[in-house]
Amino acid sequence: MRRFLRTVFLIDLIEGLWVTFRTQHPRNICTDQYPRERPKIAERFRGAPRLNNHPETGETLCIACNLCAIACPEALIVVSSERNEKTKRKELTDFTYDLSRCMFCGLCEDACPVDALELTQDFEIASYTRDGLIWDRKMLEEGPRPARYKF
Amino acid sequence: MAQTFLDSTELVLNMGPQHPSTHGVLRVILKLDGEKVTGTECVVGYLHRGVEKIAENRTYAQFAPYVDRMDYVASVSNGLGYCLAVEKLLNVEAPPRAQVVRVILTELNRIASHLIWLGTHALDLGAITPLFYVMREREDILNIYEKYCGARLTTHAFRIGGLQYDLYDGFEEEVKRFCDIIGPRVDEYEELLTGNRIWIARLTNVGVLNAEDCKAYGVTGPLLRAAGVKWDLRKAQPYSGYQHYDFEIPTRANGDSYDRYIVRVQEMRQAVRIVRQALDRIEPGPIMAKVAKVIKPPVGEAYVSIEAPKGELGYFVVSDGSTQPYRVRVRPPSFINLQAVDRMARGSLIADVCAIIGTIDIVLGEVDR
Ligand code: SF4
Ligand code: SF4
Repeated sequence: MRRFLRTVFLIDLIEGLWVTFRTQHPRNICTDQYPRERPKIAERFRGAPRLNNHPETGETLCIACNLCAIACPEALIVVSSERNEKTKRKELTDFTYDLSRCMFCGLCEDACPVDALELTQDFEIASYTRDGLIWDRKMLEEGPRPARYKF
Repeated sequence: MAQTFLDSTELVLNMGPQHPSTHGVLRVILKLDGEKVTGTECVVGYLHRGVEKIAENRTYAQFAPYVDRMDYVASVSNGLGYCLAVEKLLNVEAPPRAQVVRVILTELNRIASHLIWLGTHALDLGAITPLFYVMREREDILNIYEKYCGARLTTHAFRIGGLQYDLYDGFEEEVKRFCDIIGPRVDEYEELLTGNRIWIARLTNVGVLNAEDCKAYGVTGPLLRAAGVKWDLRKAQPYSGYQHYDFEIPTRANGDSYDRYIVRVQEMRQAVRIVRQALDRIEPGPIMAKVAKVIKPPVGEAYVSIEAPKGELGYFVVSDGSTQPYRVRVRPPSFINLQAVDRMARGSLIADVCAIIGTIDIVLGEVDR
């Protein structure tokens, strides 16, 4: 009997619609209004790579040890260095990072002994060309400059 | 004898690979008699990336991010399976703190995977609303992942021997808050679907697979449990300390799509229960076992299987003593469960094929690897 009444009065469907109705309130909207509002990115987010400079001297922290290039599963990092005749130390000349093949696994970041290479919170790294995704040392130090739109 | 048009009964129809309800790029060749399915054949491989071959020229640590890309809906479970397999080769065990965190993250992953399944399965059957709700809840889980390990989907959360990242401040509270809200939300989905006459009519007695068939096909996971077999690797061969947790294995008797829905919903509730218990078990301590920087397991082989959201997920790793695995073989639950499509779809209507593919919960990244 109860089952019959439920069927006749479409109770099961109304229950479902009531759930939909309850969630109509604007308070329940949870869509991100990107790019109007920028999302809050977690601190540990693995996004665009950055090659850190020393905050005071502005010199690169990288000691050209090549560990990141060895750790990378995709072998997309190329570290070039040359020996400084005066100090007898290896110095970084160029650093290429092929973002088009990177899967942001973070292994290179973990491998770096001096925290020179870091994956940052920047996530707007799209490019119109394939070449635009191959970052050189300058790009890595400065970071991406995505267009910011005004509304 | 030439057949006239009216007598020509058999029609071969291609479904996919670009069909939205094949959840990716699966091609199903259907043999039809009117609307009735008289046979199916699945054509897989459209998403084949050769992950197992890639493993052979990566080091053990380097291969870990790739496993996330197989079942990308449950990437954490994949990571756990691989790490456990290599840990078994190395004969190390993750420290207790790491194990508890692993349990929390994989159980959250189970909820996320079942949520996605619920949303897409309902979408296949014409119910659009649940998809938005499950995405909302899944977002909370992904936010926890993002804060914990820095990525949302392909997480690379675990490392061989333990964890790379320690818990962030406020992790416990956030997970607790999620546990508090997910219960009522699951009630909400049930309100939407469980009693809904269309949902019941579309799912009951659709894609029935009884216990014998399940065992014959090697089908595992919620499909097996919906057929009444109480088999869950977390209980049968506990790993990562699952033996210390108190939870039930939900089972049903009929083995049809509706039962699988009920089993998965119950599993979400059980997962919440496990997460709550695990939160109480977090204790300070190291998160990484002693593992050499360069992982070089002794010659040998190891097979470890875990209960992934979709069924038994196994990793078979063979070591030849070098830094790279000699062979990695994955036993993906989706691929093996997918075989049963023909058994389930034979004799049903063509519209039910969508429901049947949906109810298996396949991820093509894992089927094709
Ligand atoms: S994030 Fe991973 S794939 Fe990308 S450069 Fe670093 S190690 Fe290579
Ligand atoms: S591991 Fe760090 S220090 Fe070494 S080459 Fe890479 S970025 Fe430079």
